[in-house]
Amino acid sequence: MTIAAEALAVAERLERSASLNAVLAWSRPALEAEALRVSRIGSDGPLAGMPVAIKDNIVTTDLPTTCASRILEGYRSPYDATVIERLRLAGGLVACKTNLDEFAMGSSTEHSAFGRVRHPLDPDRVPGGSSGGSAALVAAGVVPAALGSETGGSVRQPAAFCGVVGVKPSYGRVSRFGLVAFGSSLDCVSVFGRTVSDAARVLAAIAGHDPRDATSRPAPPVQVPVPRADLRGLTFGLPTEYFPPDLDPGVRAGVDRAVALVQALGGTVRPVSLPHTRYAVPTYYVLAPAEAAANLARYDGVRYGVRRGAGLDLRSVYRATRGQGFGREVQRRILVGTYVLSAGYYDAYYAKAQAARVRITADFEAAFLTGVDALLTPTTPTPAFRAGAKMADPVQMYLADIFVSAVSLAGLPALSLPAGRSEGLPIGLQIIAPSFEEDRMLSIAATLEPHLSATAEVR
Amino acid sequence: MTAWETVIGLEVHVQLATRSKLFCGCAATFGADPNRNVCPVCLGLPGALPVPNAVAVRLGARAALALGSTVHPVSVFARKNYFYPDLPKGYQISQFDRPLATGGEVRCESPDRGLVAIGVTRLHLEEDAGKLIHDWVPGRTAIDLNRAGVPLAEIVSEPDLRSPTEARAYLGVLKQVLVYTGVSECSMEKGSLRVDANISLRRPGGPLGTKTELKNMNSFANVERALEIERERQRTILDGGGRVEQVTLLFNADAGTVRPMRGKEESHDYRYFPDPDLPPVVLSRAWIDAARAELPELPEAKRSRFQSAHGLSPYDATVLSAERPVADYFEAVVRAGADPKTAANWVMGESMPGYNEVGAFAVSAVRLAGLIGLVKDGTVSHPAAKRVFGELGAGDEAPHAVATRLGLVQVRDDAQLGAWVTQVIAEHPAEVERFRTGEPKLLAFLVGQVMKKSRGKADPKAVSERLLTHLEAS
Repeated sequence: MTIAAEALAVAERLERSASLNAVLAWSRPALEAEALRVSRIGSDGPLAGMPVAIKDNIVTTDLPTTCASRILEGYRSPYDATVIERLRLAGGLVACKTNLDEFAMGSSTEHSAFGRVRHPLDPDRVPGGSSGGSAALVAAGVVPAALGSETGGSVRQPAAFCGVVGVKPSYGRVSRFGLVAFGSSLDCVSVFGRTVSDAARVLAAIAGHDPRDATSRPAPPVQVPVPRADLRGLTFGLPTEYFPPDLDPGVRAGVDRAVALVQALGGTVRPVSLPHTRYAVPTYYVLAPAEAAANLARYDGVRYGVRRGAGLDLRSVYRATRGQGFGREVQRRILVGTYVLSAGYYDAYYAKAQAARVRITADFEAAFLTGVDALLTPTTPTPAFRAGAKMADPVQMYLADIFVSAVSLAGLPALSLPAGRSEGLPIGLQIIAPSFEEDRMLSIAATLEPHLSATAEVR
Repeated sequence: MTAWETVIGLEVHVQLATRSKLFCGCAATFGADPNRNVCPVCLGLPGALPVPNAVAVRLGARAALALGSTVHPVSVFARKNYFYPDLPKGYQISQFDRPLATGGEVRCESPDRGLVAIGVTRLHLEEDAGKLIHDWVPGRTAIDLNRAGVPLAEIVSEPDLRSPTEARAYLGVLKQVLVYTGVSECSMEKGSLRVDANISLRRPGGPLGTKTELKNMNSFANVERALEIERERQRTILDGGGRVEQVTLLFNADAGTVRPMRGKEESHDYRYFPDPDLPPVVLSRAWIDAARAELPELPEAKRSRFQSAHGLSPYDATVLSAERPVADYFEAVVRAGADPKTAANWVMGESMPGYNEVGAFAVSAVRLAGLIGLVKDGTVSHPAAKRVFGELGAGDEAPHAVATRLGLVQVRDDAQLGAWVTQVIAEHPAEVERFRTGEPKLLAFLVGQVMKKSRGKADPKAVSERLLTHLEAS
């Protein structure tokens, strides 16, 4: 198929999938421009015309960037994110901007100012979040791959819910320049793929040091994995803390089946302990809001975006703009973040959370030092839940990220691989690797992938 | 009534002399049209990230080393959170609990206490905010973000200053060191040096009193004046048994008053925390040593060397070492062969007025040394040399050529001198007689007559010798 024809086909699939509400912006002219650009410069690049959906917190010049927030409604960035430039250089095609929880804050994509995203297999359920739009589009076959972003599991968790591959790289592997900041010490541009190979190809294209991001690190390029014959010589750790008694039986069955497969392929499996795991969610919900409170201070209605309270004094403009422009969850996190950094509370919350983060990271390092090559865990405690089920209780929503937060705090690479279904809903197996060992992680995933029969019932 | 002791500490912000801003590539120059020197980073656009300017770090370290501060191998950029329209990100990137440098001192001359060492508490790097312009659009406030992100070093002194005069002296020395080391232009008019002053009064030896902060001073003289006014205000309150309130005061130079800042003073909680976008600034021992080796000779050292090596008076040494271009010029004149003391007189008397006016030396050091040589070997008289100096600036003509062109080369032709001397003796028989009968002061009169005949071109020394010879012989 020519690139122009591919662009046309994407447009048709985008139109047919409108009921998912997964897309915030796309246009035929923009797609045609992408196709033209790619056919000129990158048609023989590694992505060779692959359409890639982009989470709407990654800035693009051709399409608006809203972060699914009223405060940025209609905002058009004057520059493209580094990952967008690299995607195009590799021959990739920006397909559309996808829906998300406002400013990537949420685990269900229900916190979008522009309506919730529907799960492709059950419209009454959530696709996970915050990168729910990207996950749903890949799961629905609209695009083979999509960019999302992770702060605390926002790609792996929806990947598990939707039954697609979700790859979070090591912190520093991919440039954050042009990713709208949420929790800067945690944020990672991350990738969804229909297959491990698709996800790895996109990751390889966007990874690499960027002089415009002082936290990005030079490293050898990411390799597109070749499946191994078996997993002999590799040792897998099963962290006991990730298999609590109340783990959803379907999730447990899916992960058990995957672990049995690992053993059948010659891998060694043994239990390990990550004792500080239980502090991961509370630690995350101190640090991420603290950083977010500062990162979102720039949305003040002064220079760009929406301004409310015209004609009022400065303080009232701030209050009206931010009070009306931000949704409830964003406001909640700004308040939490402001509180934990306040004089008199800093040591009790922020400083303590930083100390906990060090312990959580040390847990992983210790486990890997004992000769474990990768960790295997469930990605989520349950399959996709029903829309509205957790909207009344923020803490229940936060606990949906219980198995993904610690990895983000430690800055490690991790991947969610479809591992079968329970009562029709996808289950995710999480593979966690040491820092900058994406190649190992991807090759393990590529080796397991053909044996896992992702759509098989596991119970 | 018991005396009060004045306690003053200064916070000085200087703009580091970089080409680009602290965290982006935008020009850091002064005077561009509003909002020209801006980009996604310094505008705080969504997704933009800061990357530290290595030159700014080096200049900050150089300033610290020149002040004798300890440059720390690890320092940390932090976010200082507050809302204001001139602050694009809603936080300022600064340094908080881990500054670039701590310690050090500024030695300055106090009128009351002699040479005093004023402690430096810390030096840290931070970005500047933008500027609000209230008279650009009637009834509205415009925002110019050219200055947003410009690199600053904040230098905080210990509360070691004891009078407004000392504060001014401290600022003079600090500025001198920073300009010398090329760290900053330190121009208060261009805003590349700004001063906030803290002042309190206490009983000598007693605990510190409540301090107030003074802002909006646009010259060192105004810093001194504002402190004097505030000192008097506090003294009156305290003498009357009242209590000083901790406030920030704006100095009004025209009215000669200090007034509390508009609105109620809020106690800001800046909620500092390490900026996650910026890894800690890590400086190796070798890097710090190299920065130290880069330091030029500082004014204090230069001043004492000018006295010991060149035999200058303390006053001359101070004047000539005050600014690096002047000191370098003076030394170049000496290197080109001029006697140091003579060179000092010429540089201070002739070269510096022009330099102070235009900021450059019209006459190169080598040409000035040549001119000094012409005086020394008697080719031109000292007054004539001053005229030559005035002409030298215009082109690259050699001093001797200019003197010749102006007809200022002294006449030492024996025949011509002899003729003038003979004529003068013949024309003034009465004066000649009086000289011979014991009025030696008349020699000066006769020399003057010869000089007049020569239209100033005769060498007075030669004239005097020739006259004596004639008068004694005849």
